[in-house]
Formats: sequence, structure tokens, C-alpha cells
Amino acid sequence: MAANSPLLAWRDPIYIAGGFAGIAALALLLLQPLLVAGLLPGAPRAIGRKIHLWSGLLLVVSVVLHVAGLWATSPPDVTDALLFRSPTPFAVWGVLAMWAVFGAAVLGLGRKRLALPPRIWRIAHAALVTVVVVGSVLHAVQIEGAMGSVTKLILCGAAVLALGAAFLRLRSWAAFQARTASGRRS
Amino acid sequence: MTRFNPTRRRLLAAGAASAGALILPGLTVPARAAGLAPTPTMRGGANNYRPGAPIVERIGGGGFLMSGTVRRAGDGAPIAGARIQIWAHTTEGHERDWHSHGATLTDADGVFRMDMPQIVPAFGQAHGHLAYDSDGFETVFLRPVMARSSDTALEAHFVLKPA
Repeated sequence: MAANSPLLAWRDPIYIAGGFAGIAALALLLLQPLLVAGLLPGAPRAIGRKIHLWSGLLLVVSVVLHVAGLWATSPPDVTDALLFRSPTPFAVWGVLAMWAVFGAAVLGLGRKRLALPPRIWRIAHAALVTVVVVGSVLHAVQIEGAMGSVTKLILCGAAVLALGAAFLRLRSWAAFQARTASGRRS
Repeated sequence: MTRFNPTRRRLLAAGAASAGALILPGLTVPARAAGLAPTPTMRGGANNYRPGAPIVERIGGGGFLMSGTVRRAGDGAPIAGARIQIWAHTTEGHERDWHSHGATLTDADGVFRMDMPQIVPAFGQAHGHLAYDSDGFETVFLRPVMARSSDTALEAHFVLKPA
């Protein structure tokens, strides 16, 4: 759908690549919770969690490419966004989601090294990815870009549902309950 | 039961507050009567600005109309011969491209019109950029957003403050 957008005819390759990196990141947001919760057919939780790590890195790379592609196209617009002074209402959500996804990735990579109590780690990772998904959706839906508005809404809705489904499956709220004798920690 | 038993200090404070409430509106009305306020520079308005773009008949092939007025702050008198520079991401190029930039002058009524290529959404919004950047008045950068990206015209109005 996005590849057929008439807008692409009036854009440089690097701008197009930057935009599509953003779309890839949005698609990975849908995939990430499904993987880690073992909700994808053919990927039970043990396998899904391994893929979750790698696709998480891919998500970070996509976000970096998204920002880099836009920066190459118009440095002052990206500088404004990163400094939270952009005139557009959606830039701030994208930048918030970017920092949250970096934070969630650092937690993911440093799970052993940071040696956080598992409860704290779960709450922090869950809180950060919630900011990522909510921020990204608010960012994406307000943008007039290459994506079709219907496919964009469907993808955003699916990402929110997937996050909710993963929280339910993984009983994420259990981390908030003070040391219950829960044997279902993942 | 509570009784109204104000101290002298409280009575004085209350009196001063009510007097202020009566006087303050009187103080703010003359400020409004002083006239037209200058247009502030918009956030992001100066992005991809290229100083000194040439005065042109039209930018590229044309087909999209950017227009507006330039007036003086205070009395609102039209400013003739004001140089307005215009740029945008269009069907013919990015904002940073030199050929996307051009300038025009206002007529005797302070009106400017620029024929330019169709503006297309860039960085999430279909928008244009305008600058007043000459001597005589303070520099102002505007960044109007189109209501619909299918629009074929966009307006922006300047009220300038003498430099």
C-alpha cells in the first residue's frame, strides 16, 4: 500500500527509506509482544523469546534508520523534533517512543548484567514498551505520509491489541502484586 | 457558627483586590486599542531557509497559488514593495533544493501572490514556508499548514513591526 503512494514520486530515495524504516518499526511493534508471549503459531514462548531479542534489535535499528533518513532530508526539522520544539503535534510522541524503545532495549540486553530484581525489571520493561506502543500510535496516526490511512489504523490497532494480549498471557500485572506465590513468572 | 470578623489587614487586602479588579480591565483595554499586533515567527518557520533567494515570476512550473498580505503593526497600513520569500516541499523538489525557493514583492495594497508547484505533504504535514527578511521591519518566518493536502492554494498574512 505505502509503496504505491503518489507521495513517493516526489521524494528522494533516502527520504523514502527513512519513511519505510518507520513503517518497519511499526510492524515490528506488532510482532514483539506476540513473539515474547508465544502467541504466534509455530513460535512457542521458548523460541519466541529468542526471536523477540533479535527483532527487538531490528526495531532499534529501524528507529535509528528512520531518524537518520529524515535527518538527511531535513536536518532542522529533525533537530526541532529531538529538542521537543517541533511545530507538528506528532513529533513529540515519536521522540518519546524512541527514547522508551532505547530504554526497553537496554533493559533487554542488560537483563543479566543489570542484576535488577526480576519484579522491577518486568515492571520497567512493561512500562517502557507501553510508552513505545502508545507513543508510536499517536505519532503514526497524525502523520500524513506514505502509508494508507486504513492500513495504518489497522496496524496501530493490532499493535495495541497485541500488547494487551501479551500482558494478559504473561500476567504482567502480577509483578505489581507484592511477592505473591506466583509460579507463573515467565 | 462562624462569624465574619475580619482583621484590619484583611479588610485592606480585600479592598485593594477589588480596586485592582476594577482598574485592571481599564488598563488592558487601551493596549488593545493601540492596534494590530505584529505576527510572531512560527515554530519551524525558518527551517531550510536559504537567504537571498531571487525574485521570480513563478517558482518552477506553477499551478499552486501562495498568497497573502503584508501590513504594518499598529495602524494596519498595507506595506507596498515588501519582499516575501517562499519555499516548500512540492511536486518539483524538496525544501532544501534551491529551485524550490523564490521571492516576490507586494503590490500597492500590500498583497503578494506567487505561482508555484503543488505543495505535497512532507514530514507528516502539507505546509509552506514564508519569510519577510528585509530591512525596515523585524524578520518574520511563517509556516502555514494546508487544511487538506488536495488544496491548490494557501494563504499567509504578515503584520510587521518596524525594526
